Amino acid sequence: MSFRRLAPVEQQPATFAFSEENQRLVDQWITKYPEGRQRSAVIAALWIGQDQEGWVTKALIEEVARILDMAVMRVLEVATFYTMFNLAPVGQYLVQVCTTTPCWLRGSDDVVAACKKHIAPAPHTISADSKFSWMEVECLGACVNAPVMQIGKDFYEDLDSPTAERIFEALRRGETPKAGPQQHHRHSSEPEGGALTLNDPKLYDGGYAREVMRRSGVDTTDAEAKKPTQGASDREAPVQKPPGAAT
Amino acid sequence: MLADRDRIFTNLYGFHSPWLDGARKRGAWDGTKKILELGIDAIIAEVKKSGLRGRGGAGFPTGLKWSFMPKEVKERPHYLVVNADESEPGTCKDRDIMRHDPHLLIEGCMIASFAMRAHICYIYIRGEFIREREALQRAVDEAYEARLIGKDNIHGWPFDLYVHHGAGAYICGEETALLESLEGKKGQPRLKPPFPANAGVYGCPTTVNNVETIAMVPDIMRRGADWFAGMGKPNNTGTKLFCISGHVNRPCNVEEAMSIPLRELIETHAGGVRGGWDNLLGVIPGGSSMPVLSKEISDDILMDFDSLVKAKSGLGTAAVIVMDKSTDIIKAFARLAYFYKHESCGQCTPCREGCGWMWRVLTRMGKGDATIEDIDVLQEVTKQIEGHTICAFGEGASWPVQGFLRHFRPEIEKRIREQGGRHCAPMQPLAAE
Repeated sequence: MSFRRLAPVEQQPATFAFSEENQRLVDQWITKYPEGRQRSAVIAALWIGQDQEGWVTKALIEEVARILDMAVMRVLEVATFYTMFNLAPVGQYLVQVCTTTPCWLRGSDDVVAACKKHIAPAPHTISADSKFSWMEVECLGACVNAPVMQIGKDFYEDLDSPTAERIFEALRRGETPKAGPQQHHRHSSEPEGGALTLNDPKLYDGGYAREVMRRSGVDTTDAEAKKPTQGASDREAPVQKPPGAAT
Repeated sequence: MLADRDRIFTNLYGFHSPWLDGARKRGAWDGTKKILELGIDAIIAEVKKSGLRGRGGAGFPTGLKWSFMPKEVKERPHYLVVNADESEPGTCKDRDIMRHDPHLLIEGCMIASFAMRAHICYIYIRGEFIREREALQRAVDEAYEARLIGKDNIHGWPFDLYVHHGAGAYICGEETALLESLEGKKGQPRLKPPFPANAGVYGCPTTVNNVETIAMVPDIMRRGADWFAGMGKPNNTGTKLFCISGHVNRPCNVEEAMSIPLRELIETHAGGVRGGWDNLLGVIPGGSSMPVLSKEISDDILMDFDSLVKAKSGLGTAAVIVMDKSTDIIKAFARLAYFYKHESCGQCTPCREGCGWMWRVLTRMGKGDATIEDIDVLQEVTKQIEGHTICAFGEGASWPVQGFLRHFRPEIEKRIREQGGRHCAPMQPLAAE
């Protein structure tokens, strides 16, 4: 498990208060849960607080505990358990590089090298211009676009060392680089060079949607759509007999 | 290859609009009211008949799971919770559903909630997926706006859908940890029984289903169970989203019929293994928790639940991680072991201590700083973790190491011999350093 502690007392600001707008957001979250279950909103509240403050301070934890009527200890547990809560200050742009095996196989070491060169030699260190800090994270869940990094809300995919550096430079200049795949002209998770599937125009002009058979007895406009097409069933696959179908 | 008209996730790549107008053209929300009018028993029977098995990893029959919910709603309301905490290394399929085809998921939530007599559904999405959460929330708002869902909707089943999110904990993909997290606690799994169908979120009857499972339900209901069951093989029916990553020429997500041969999957859709099929070293077939397959097994294995179990592995989330011969396989598994060390919730000692121990030993083995006996001790330690923990994380962490030792032990021995081995006594399985 990951071992996490709050930042030292010297670093902690004395107070925290949600901005008016954020307070409204927190109140909205609370309404998602049944009466008396407001503590379900604890992750969301800490998250909103982190958005406002940049990191999770002790004062924020106490404020969330007060709002949600929880023991401070219970909020502290949550803040230290979930690794997306930064318990110490981070750069304006927090670069999270995925280095789990699927990304590592595709060269996440190069992305880490770019971070070391451009941001700081060690993770969790704020860069000289105080704009960046970087860290390694576990699987971000975009493995077919590996290697991947997350900066703020966006994923930057299909990286290598030069593309990662270009993104850092653009952010440093105050630009907003385009999120998503950075190479091979990919749109999202389709294979490089264009999608091999889902190219049938009838899928998108309503052609098949109309054809699709409603369950028997509801609508019987097209009996063909009820059967899988040849391509799917040619791998022998005897049609599974539903119980009682033989009679 | 599966024909396009048999695919459920027709906007997988997001080339078309994910919003209500686009989704409707592709067939979403078509005849939902008629489906609900069939009644609870008919819906569950149809899902059972389709042979749909959970797409989140364990492969439990979905219709059966729904039928565990109490038949009557008493003082405790029923809940559907959708597990969108997709964090299994290699897996990135639910992400595409949520950002590109969210209406399929929302419609599925409506039908599934009706079938389990639930009026409230929570979708628990992992914290990292911020853009995906925004997309999903927008689609939910659209559905409320169009009165497709809500307390007073056109389908006649009062239904509220809320998007909830986590903050970066793999363990919250375990269903009871997810429920704890949803209640605002640390994501530490609960002992079972009681099972969630009796006492889940807030102590009420709850069913937890994966995103892909739920999003498949509307199409199964519209096209009929026979259509779905006609694809794949008996007991392993339907289509499945595969995520092909690692050393292939063109990594991608793709929906294919279940039971497709692994080699065909990789060569048709992902452009083949880098350097040709003979350059293959091993494949992890179902996300990092499933044991690795050697090339010999990969040659003719079918990608379904039963075939992979026979090969001492599992379909898991169908995330195929391919490694070619350039891979330092010991380092690859040491990195996976680090993942499990990092993500263990710390509740059970065998897992908390054992995962760190496995990582340290595998790291040493990567450098050749180990003895041959250490390999046996490592095997022994995996057996001490497996089956001795509250949740399946213990298995998830030890199976990859076991599979690795089963197929690649000679690699470790070679590394140890080449590097001269460890010059002190063999390592004992001690607790944390």
